[in-house]
Amino acid sequence: MPAIPADRRPWILLTPALLFITALVVIPMAFILVYSFYENIDLAVDVPAFQFGNWQDLLSDSYYHTAIWKTLRLSVIVTVLAAVLGYIPAYVIAMTKYRHKWLLLLLLILPFWVSFIIRTLSWIHIFGNQGALNGLLNLLGLGDLEVQLMYTEFTVIVGFIHVFLPYMILNVYVSLEGIDPNLEPAARTLGATPWQAFREVTLPLSLPGLAAGSLLVFVLTGGSYVTPLILGGPSDFLFGNLVYDAVVTELNWPMGATLSFALLLLLGSVVILYSRFMGMDQLAKAFGR
Amino acid sequence: MRVWSLLKFYTVLVYAFTFAPIAVVLLLAFNSSQFGGFPIEGFSLRWFRELAENEAIIRALRTSVILGLLTALIATTLGILASLALVRYRFPGKNWITTFLISPVLVPETVLAVGLLIFLRWLHMPRSFALLLIGHSIIALPFVVLVVQARLIGIRRDYEEAAMSLGANPMQTFFQITLPLLMPAVFAGALFAFTISFDNITATIFWRPSGMETVPTQIFGMLRNSVSPEINALGFVMICITVGVPLLAGALARYFARKKI
Repeated sequence: MPAIPADRRPWILLTPALLFITALVVIPMAFILVYSFYENIDLAVDVPAFQFGNWQDLLSDSYYHTAIWKTLRLSVIVTVLAAVLGYIPAYVIAMTKYRHKWLLLLLLILPFWVSFIIRTLSWIHIFGNQGALNGLLNLLGLGDLEVQLMYTEFTVIVGFIHVFLPYMILNVYVSLEGIDPNLEPAARTLGATPWQAFREVTLPLSLPGLAAGSLLVFVLTGGSYVTPLILGGPSDFLFGNLVYDAVVTELNWPMGATLSFALLLLLGSVVILYSRFMGMDQLAKAFGR
Repeated sequence: MRVWSLLKFYTVLVYAFTFAPIAVVLLLAFNSSQFGGFPIEGFSLRWFRELAENEAIIRALRTSVILGLLTALIATTLGILASLALVRYRFPGKNWITTFLISPVLVPETVLAVGLLIFLRWLHMPRSFALLLIGHSIIALPFVVLVVQARLIGIRRDYEEAAMSLGANPMQTFFQITLPLLMPAVFAGALFAFTISFDNITATIFWRPSGMETVPTQIFGMLRNSVSPEINALGFVMICITVGVPLLAGALARYFARKKI
């Protein structure tokens, strides 16, 4: 076997993966753009064209504007709630002196292994008509208080948080774990109160993790369509649902392509904004565990 | 410290929020009631029996397992090669390459799905099992690269250099020294890829040929009416597979690691 020069070896190893991504991600993205200019004639029938009709529809129809607004609003709500819910557990896991810390970490990773659709539909068992919540109210003799929470925006938000919270906790945990444990005590000896020490030392140093977690939760929520289908009512749809409707239900490929590309632009700009400020290193850290 | 206790209590609540709904599904799988929800009327294995006799579900389970295994094979092979290049060599543009390899994670899965579908439509290729396979592989690849890379950093090169200096050729060194040392990383990557494929629904709905169901799309289809008790039983089985296998693998790996020393 003739020796391969050392400077070519990494490229030989990388070639299959790079080709794979180029052929299956980069080129298809270009195709979405090209297809968005095609013209839809009938169910699943379209002709190559270069016209802006689909884009015009997107920009002028208020139905699409509502979907964009709903998507951004819901993604922000889910991201903020996930940050609020997730920061404290991440802090506790990072700082605890508990002997079985590995167990807490394992429990943190465990939800990633439980099927997404099972985790989502499990909320029907909590909030549904035959759910645990109404059952509990009946049991307490408060049957009159029975609430109809199922198939509302509330259940969609709860479902999203339930599924994406582990991403937030893991990212915050990783950045907290990387902080020198002597810093907070040092701030304390210099006269800071515990709250001051946290606010001025630990919190700023953990912001990269919080930002990475927020980015993931925001992008994952903004790109979803299955959760609203399972947990939401007819008016709870996201931009992803429009893509699903156009491609799967209406078989309008050019419009589906236009909506997909718009979604890519919308969420992609958030990612680019993030990477300008934070770089991409932090994102890789959490998964490396 | 009172604040610390409060924080711990809060953490327990968040853990409860995470696990309570999952526990409810596991519990309801054994409910003898003919409805999928509460109240619990009695203990029964009836729904597991019905599950075993439901041909559509068994077919979906078989499709999912085969798809998961093949996805693991492709994504892990590509991922290990790429990770070796990233960990073992210095070369110009490495940061760019790393970002590029991870970039599919940041493309919304819906967009990824539509893009690949339109590309195939342009090539006049219908939806097929092969589309699901390459699609799942591309979704799993970035995660495999991230996981495997982290494990590879821990492997020292001394052993390989020792083998080489003792006269082993590069092939011998790779198969007898490097690969055995790589095995935990290979295994971790493959497990991750399998789980990602087995769990995927967002892109699968777009890619599956008509008539083909994976377990998640099958459940999605069954949900149209209500949560049937069979879904709970199926959820129980799925959780056993996706949680049980990695836990068992981790425990076995520990056991053997200890035995060696």
